[in-house]
Amino acid sequence: MTATAAPPAARPTAPARLRRQPWDLYAALAATAVFALAALWPDLLATQGAFTMDLANTLQPPSAAHWFGTDEAGRDLYSRVIHGTAASLGIGIGAAAVSLTLAAVLGALAALGNRATSASVGWLLEVAFAFPALLLSLLLIAVLGPSILTLILAVGIGTAPGYARMVRGQILGAKDSPYVEAAIALGHSRGRILRQHILPNSLRPLVAVFALSIGQSIVWASSLSFLGLGIAPPAPEWGALLDAGRPYITVAGWLTVIPGVVIVLLALTTTTLGRHLQSFLEKGEK
Amino acid sequence: MTTIETEVARRDLASEIDGLPGFRPRLSVEGLSVGFATSEGHRPIVHDVSFDLHPGQCVAIVGESGSGKSVTARSIVGLAGRGARVEAEAITLHGRDVRTLSPRRWRDIRGREVGFILQDALVSLDPLRPVGAEIAEGLRLHGWGDRRARGKRVVELLASVGVPNPEHRARQRPDQLSGGLRQRALIASALALDPDVVIADEPTTALDVTVQAQVLELLEASKRRGASIILISHDLSVVAQLADHVLVMRNGRVVEQGAAAQLLGSPREEYTKALIAAVPSEDTRGAALSPGGRRLLADAPPAPEVLDEVVIEARDLVRRFRAPDGSATTAVGGVSFDLHRGETLGIVGESGSGKSTTGRIALALERADAGTVTLLGKPWSGVPESERRALRSRISVVSQDPLSSFDPRWNVERILLDALPRQAFPTAAARAERIRALLDQVGLAHAVLRRFPLRLSGGQRQRVAIARALAEAPDIIVLDEAVSALDVTIQAQILDLLVALQRRLGLSYLFISHDLGVIAHLCHRVLVMKDGVVVESGTPDEIFHRPQQPYTRQLIDSIPAFEPNRIQEKTA
Repeated sequence: MTATAAPPAARPTAPARLRRQPWDLYAALAATAVFALAALWPDLLATQGAFTMDLANTLQPPSAAHWFGTDEAGRDLYSRVIHGTAASLGIGIGAAAVSLTLAAVLGALAALGNRATSASVGWLLEVAFAFPALLLSLLLIAVLGPSILTLILAVGIGTAPGYARMVRGQILGAKDSPYVEAAIALGHSRGRILRQHILPNSLRPLVAVFALSIGQSIVWASSLSFLGLGIAPPAPEWGALLDAGRPYITVAGWLTVIPGVVIVLLALTTTTLGRHLQSFLEKGEK
Repeated sequence: MTTIETEVARRDLASEIDGLPGFRPRLSVEGLSVGFATSEGHRPIVHDVSFDLHPGQCVAIVGESGSGKSVTARSIVGLAGRGARVEAEAITLHGRDVRTLSPRRWRDIRGREVGFILQDALVSLDPLRPVGAEIAEGLRLHGWGDRRARGKRVVELLASVGVPNPEHRARQRPDQLSGGLRQRALIASALALDPDVVIADEPTTALDVTVQAQVLELLEASKRRGASIILISHDLSVVAQLADHVLVMRNGRVVEQGAAAQLLGSPREEYTKALIAAVPSEDTRGAALSPGGRRLLADAPPAPEVLDEVVIEARDLVRRFRAPDGSATTAVGGVSFDLHRGETLGIVGESGSGKSTTGRIALALERADAGTVTLLGKPWSGVPESERRALRSRISVVSQDPLSSFDPRWNVERILLDALPRQAFPTAAARAERIRALLDQVGLAHAVLRRFPLRLSGGQRQRVAIARALAEAPDIIVLDEAVSALDVTIQAQILDLLVALQRRLGLSYLFISHDLGVIAHLCHRVLVMKDGVVVESGTPDEIFHRPQQPYTRQLIDSIPAFEPNRIQEKTA
């Protein structure tokens, strides 16, 4: 983790320019590289396998040999976190994709459909938004049974209504904009206006939202796993790691604290990237 | 005595008075420079401004946006803002140096000795507080009387600025008052403690012309009572009405200053001359307003005859809107007009008169609840949009705010490409050539193609909007307040461009504006609208010289006279 915080070498000659550098962006990019590496080639970073047990060294606190300590079966927590990255990141990206696809479709229907469609989709969105998303996810898991796919769907569907409302607002705003009116006055067809102006302008903010949503989804999925509703231990998915460490929280706090910190770091990384992407896209308009 | 002699005599007198103890100017500014700290370092905004303000005198600072006129006024009273560096050889208010006053001392002086009237009454007044309480607050802060006395004083003040039914109005919030009443409430609060220096920053800019006349009358009255006024304005006719001494500012420097009559009547500097020549009025009809426009119009063919052919025929248009409380308001109540080929038809009216709605119905961007519009002899209103689409290329629009009418993702090239009819320009080369021709027509350099509208100036944006409107070679252009947001010299250039384009292309304009001067300058015929109906119509000559209806007469009388000759008479 130390790699994430290390900023590029600083030149002391121009302190003002250095202060203006987006250090948080650089840190987030570095962290993204580390997370990507861990997800794609975990063996490059891990010191052991995810399930290598060492019963002589159970519940060891973090040390030079075991950076994040060991669990009740003597498994190296650092290696388990690395090996769990793919599952957690995959769930995050998958859930964000499900959520935003659904949101784009529902939001577009609510904003652009005929009177009956927009009214019924709008109503559905209001109800779904009012319904606690966690409860919605729990319901899905209860029906479909816990698995990675269920987790992705549950989190994706649970978070979709909020984004769908955002999409709807964006589209309605673009639809009433003076530039769409100008296109009508030019005699362009409805389809052309939709394609050229309304959809690009209203869906573009979703690029940034996607990055923001990955972090949020991972936190969600982890909480479901922590409740024992996602991926079951001993799988090294981060939420499951939290769940597995729970019985030892008083004697081996690092088993819950470290995976928790990693989840927060990843969420922070994607949110930082998302925010920079957002302001970059907005600046692109100028 | 000639004007100049009068002025010299007056100046001699003024300098004599200055020399006497006790007759110093109320406010004296010498060598004022203001700059702001930015990320790129210190950025100077105002350079070396000096003037004196005497009792009962109005000094006007005139200039276009970015000329530094507002910063000048604010710096004088310690309101330059964060990061500002104000330097001056002297700023003397009532004989005391105010350059180094603490913010606390300033708060004591502002309101009591200096009243400040800001441009936008809606944002300057607390939206959650009755206006009476707002005015009373100023009195309270300066320890004026007790609660009851203050309440009485507030009602007096509101009555004195011509607010009808002041007891009732004092209890209302700003959003319950009309723009004119709000501005008057703001003036009342600035005058509450009877300051003898009043700074009015664009006090009438957002107001309708009849309301503007009332506000100017109020300022005039306070001047007669002995108040000294610093008037900041971009509008020369407002300045001509009120000012005794005028400073013309440009890029932070005073280009020229002098007595109002002399400066406006016989300006010395080229810039001042251009500024004065740029003001459109009935007298400027057919003439160029901008230096560049003279050549533009000389190159253009002579004005063609207005033909008998009717391009837009509007009959008994009605449009009602439902207010949030469920009540219906009639925005347009039975408007009829004909627009002929090659003609400019002006629709003039104050805010809420229904002129914009009428324009939108003519563009079929708004449906009419009743009545019909016929475009080039074909049905236009009341038919499905798909049927209209083929005719859309015959009529186009230029609005007040071009920026929002461009897709924010597109640069100028993309905007113009999108407006070209595809079948007429099938190849990329043909399209590129047409776009160049359009840019030439509106007087834009080809380099703007790669740029985004947000990075263009207001005048350039409006030229891009006009180029887009011309892309399909239309017969008619609806111009809705198309020059209202522009500085006067830029407005002059755009008006000249519009005249040249009309002569060259035989266009018909439906020109909607609140500005009577612009209408008088440009239009062949004028409709005067009020409350959704046409009160009067006729040629500019009929409307401006022989108005038949009382409302038209009131409107015409409200135009501040901008005829340098008349000002000279006033002073002489």
